[in-house]
Amino acid sequence: MRIFVCVKQVPDTETRIKILADQLGIDPQGVKWVINPYDEFAIEEAVKYKEAHPEAQVTAITVGPKARVNNALLTAMAMGVDDSILVDTDVALDSLTTAKALAQAIQKEGDFSLIFAGKLAIDGNLSAVPLMLAELLGVPHSSVVNQLEYAGQSLKATREVEGGNKETFELQLPALITASKGLNKPRFASLPGIMKAKKKPVKNITLDELGLNESNIKIKFTHYEPPAEKPPCKMIEGDPKAQVDELVRLLQEEAKVL
Amino acid sequence: MKTALVFIEAKDNEIKKGSLECLSALTGSGWALQTCGLKETLSVVEQLKKWNVQKHYSSDHSSLDSFNPETHLQFIDQAFQDSAADLFLASSNTHCRDIFPRLAVRHDAAYMNDVTEITFKDGVTVKRPLYAGKCSAQVTFSDDSKKILLLRPNQVMVLDAKGAGAGDTVSIALNDVPGKSKTVSVQEGESEKLDLTEASIIVSGGRGLKEAENFKLLEDLAAPLGATVGASRAVVDLGWVPHSQQVGQTGKTVAPVLYIAAGISGAIQHLAGMSGSKTIVAINKDDKAPIFQKATYGIVGDLFEVVPLLTEKLQSLK
Repeated sequence: MRIFVCVKQVPDTETRIKILADQLGIDPQGVKWVINPYDEFAIEEAVKYKEAHPEAQVTAITVGPKARVNNALLTAMAMGVDDSILVDTDVALDSLTTAKALAQAIQKEGDFSLIFAGKLAIDGNLSAVPLMLAELLGVPHSSVVNQLEYAGQSLKATREVEGGNKETFELQLPALITASKGLNKPRFASLPGIMKAKKKPVKNITLDELGLNESNIKIKFTHYEPPAEKPPCKMIEGDPKAQVDELVRLLQEEAKVL
Repeated sequence: MKTALVFIEAKDNEIKKGSLECLSALTGSGWALQTCGLKETLSVVEQLKKWNVQKHYSSDHSSLDSFNPETHLQFIDQAFQDSAADLFLASSNTHCRDIFPRLAVRHDAAYMNDVTEITFKDGVTVKRPLYAGKCSAQVTFSDDSKKILLLRPNQVMVLDAKGAGAGDTVSIALNDVPGKSKTVSVQEGESEKLDLTEASIIVSGGRGLKEAENFKLLEDLAAPLGATVGASRAVVDLGWVPHSQQVGQTGKTVAPVLYIAAGISGAIQHLAGMSGSKTIVAINKDDKAPIFQKATYGIVGDLFEVVPLLTEKLQSLK
């Protein structure tokens, strides 16, 4: 049984974003790169599955510049993933091209039963790549999942949507799941785990070898801008009663939001 | 003339706000307008005519009765094909985000969600936030592929519709319903409240509330405002409220008309998730809390005094 986990490296949430002078991207200087927080739930789920089904082989896969993203794969392998595939590219790909790269790399490996990914990447906030991947591979998906039950050749996935509604789906394997917070509690990479990870195999593939290049990209981000400057906060003085009266007046008369 | 297709969602015989925002974004674009929606949208066809909608595609197929990404994808796919539209626009909510990326693959289309601005001049120009709002960028389309765009709620002002479109209803036949997945159950949540990403007013609490039970104070404040209650990551991690209520880079990115933060100091990842809000009110006992840098109005004080007084005042306005 083969399981894949899609991993993306993103700037840590504490990162202050600086925009390049040409406004075509962010300044990578000083950025601390981490595994996308939601991908940690995906990795944990795959590793947990392997612990219950020792015959399973769990492979992490990522797309990005090798020198940087290799670290994310090492972390995944230190958490218990068996091996990795790295699609090496310096080009900023759009969601569809990324999904095509992942799909082709996975298809080269043969059959699979499950693919896990995070529900979204916190840099672009797109939540598109895993679903596009599922479509390209012709498998059903369930997204934003916080509860999973496996039953042989199928699984039950539960998730929370608008207004606290809970939806449960039954999916035939092979299937793709995107993990939300609450699905599990991701483990930390142990020291022996980190030592072992260094010896685990990483297969390197280039975008060219997958028959993809810059001409596949449909979307680019340009004209990067910081958020509009806000006027300084208007501090409301007085005793609590006076503060509340003034706040409500401002919300009604100045901001006109009540 | 180019054609746009809008995915309409309706409830209680009214077009949902997110769909009205999509229709408003297209008003004045000079594009021909068609719409599609599930069977509950058949009750709003008269309203759609006012938006100059020429055709409305719908289906009453039983496989669409409860949400299932597989069958709902099949419906929007058929509507997109039949309309031959150049652009497909829908609201950026959980269900749309669950089906439209797969549609982009089927049509080899350019896909973007959380769009905050669309302009129709020399083609289509789109803006959206990145890094949960730490910056924004323009989306540049590098070829003439069809476009699938999801519009973030509360960004486009809903206009008055005064047109008179034909609004012909076209029924879509769904054949060969795929069966790799099925919807087992949909359990209605307790709250009738809008999701954080759709709410126009949010009342959010953090560690300053001291314990889980005190979220009751915020629910009381939310009631007269018709607001949805949110929370900081700190209190979600403490287990006081579910993750679905978390605002921030690892929770939900929100942009309501009014955001009230009580007892939230304002970690950078929280600020990133809510700084797109139009008006921000911060209530905090620490006058140096970073939340005040993003706030429109600030009250330095004890939230246990201020919040109940504010609730009382708002109730008296009703």
